[in-house]
Amino acid sequence: MFEAVAFYLFAFLTIAMFYIVVTTKQALYALTALAAGMIFISAFFFILGADFLGAIQIIVYTGAVMALYAFGMMFFDTTRDVKEKQGNKYIIVGLSTLAAVLIVLIVSVPMVSDNIVALYPVADDIGNVQSVGLVLFTKYLIPFEVAAIMLLVAMVAGIVLAGKKMDLSLTLMSGEEIEDMKKEKNKKVLS
Amino acid sequence: MDSAYLIETIIKVVVILLVFSALAGIGTYFERKVLAFMQRRLGPMNVGPYGVLQFGADAIKLFTKEDIIPTGVVAPIFKIAPVITAATAFMAAAAIPFLPSFEIFGYEVHPIVSDINVGIIYILGVMAVGLYGPLLGGMASANKYSLISAARAAAVFISYEVVTGLAALAPIMMVGSLSLIDFNNYQAGGISNWIVWSQPVAFILFWIAAFAETGRTPFHLIANDHEIIDGFGTEYSGMRWGLFFIGEYANMFFISFVIPLLFLGGYGDGSFLGALGLLAKVAFFFFFFLWTRAAWPDVRPDQLMWLCWKVLMPIAVINVVITGFVMMF
Repeated sequence: MFEAVAFYLFAFLTIAMFYIVVTTKQALYALTALAAGMIFISAFFFILGADFLGAIQIIVYTGAVMALYAFGMMFFDTTRDVKEKQGNKYIIVGLSTLAAVLIVLIVSVPMVSDNIVALYPVADDIGNVQSVGLVLFTKYLIPFEVAAIMLLVAMVAGIVLAGKKMDLSLTLMSGEEIEDMKKEKNKKVLS
Repeated sequence: MDSAYLIETIIKVVVILLVFSALAGIGTYFERKVLAFMQRRLGPMNVGPYGVLQFGADAIKLFTKEDIIPTGVVAPIFKIAPVITAATAFMAAAAIPFLPSFEIFGYEVHPIVSDINVGIIYILGVMAVGLYGPLLGGMASANKYSLISAARAAAVFISYEVVTGLAALAPIMMVGSLSLIDFNNYQAGGISNWIVWSQPVAFILFWIAAFAETGRTPFHLIANDHEIIDGFGTEYSGMRWGLFFIGEYANMFFISFVIPLLFLGGYGDGSFLGALGLLAKVAFFFFFFLWTRAAWPDVRPDQLMWLCWKVLMPIAVINVVITGFVMMF
C-alpha cells in the first residue's frame, strides 16, 4: 500500500512540477520546478529498489540544474517575467500533442506486444551498485566508453572556448595593466 | 511492513529532529563562547549563569519577530528557500548511524533511520541539495548582495562537490561498499584499522571540502558579513532566517558525524566505549569548525576556485589512481 501511495504522490508531484516548467513565464519558477521535478523522479528509483540510481539521479541533476541557474542568472533578471515570443499557437499545441502521443507509443508498444525480456536479470545475492557495474562493464561497455570519449571531447572543447587569458588574474593586476589589457582587447589571444 | 517498524521509524525521526534542532541552538552558544575565549572576550554572559540561556532567548526572539516578505521578491521561492536548507540537512541524517545498535527493554534499536546500501552517496547528494537554499534565497531576493551570494553558492557547489566525491571515492574503493555501517565494520578492529592511516590524503581533502559544503570560514564567502552584508540572508527576518541557521548548524553536526564514520573508525566495535568515542570525535570536529573560524581569515572567491580546481582536484584524482593501482597489484 505504501508503495502505491508513494507512487501516486510522486507521480502527481513530478507531473505538476514539469507542467510548471513548461507553462510559467518566470525563469526562476521554471528552474526551481525543473530541479524539484528531477529530484522527485529519484523517488521512483527508490520505490523500485534501485537505491544507487536514485541517489545518482539526485546528485547529477542537482549539479546540472545548478549550472542552468548560473546561466539564468547571467541572461535574465530572474525576479521578473520573461516576455516570450508566441508563434502560431496551433502549431505549438499540435506539435506538443504529437510528441506526447509518440512518447506514449514508443514506451507502451513493447509492453503491449510482450516484447520485453530481461536479458540480464538482477541477481539476488549482490548489491545494487554491483549489479549496475556488472551490466555496465559487460553488455553496455562500448556505449559506456563512447560516452566517456564524448565527455572528453566536450571537456576539451569547453576548455578551449573558455580558456582565453586563463593565466591572467584581474584581482592580482594593477590598474595600468588592466588598462593596457583593455587596449589590446581586440587582439586574438589563442591562435 | 509491520506496525512496530513504522512506530520505531517515526520515533527515531522525531528524536533526531528534536535533538539536532536543539543542538543547532546550543551550537550557536558554543560558537559564541569559543570564539569569545579565543579572542579574550567573555561572550554572552547576561542571560542565565554564564549566558547558558542565551540560545533560549535567541529562539524566542526569532520565533516572535515579524516575518517580513519584501515587495520586490519572488514570494513563493523566497518563502520556500529556508525550508530547503533545513529540510535537506535533516533528510541527509536519515542514512547516518548515530550510535551502535543497543537494546532497550529487550527491543533492539538501530539508531539509523534507514540503512540504505548507498548511504554515503545519498548523504552527500542530499547535503548538496541543501545549497539550493542559499541559491534560491539569493536569487529570489531582488537584492544585489543576495545575487552575488547566490552566484557564489552555485560556484562553490559545482566546484567542491567534485572534490568531496573524488576524496570519498578512494575509501569507498577500499571498503567496497557505500553503506556507512559497512564502513564502520571495516574499521571495527581498533585504531590500527582506521582508514585514515591508509588514506590520509583523502581524509584531508574530504575535511577541507566539508568546510566548503557547510559554508564555514575559511570558505564563508556565501554569506560573508563584512563584504556582502549577509548574502542570501540579507532580506530575511525572523524564523525564516532562523531556518537557514538551523540548517547550517545541523549540517555541521551531520558532516562531523560523517567524517569519523568514513575515516576514523566510527563507533568501533559497537560497545559503550565506542559510542562515547564517536561522540568525542564528533565534538572534536565540531569544535574544529569553530576553532578555524577564530583562527583563519576568509579566502577570496577566485582563491577558492584556484584551490579547488588547480590543487585539490588533481591531488584527489592522483589519490584515486594510486589507490586503484595499489589495490590491483
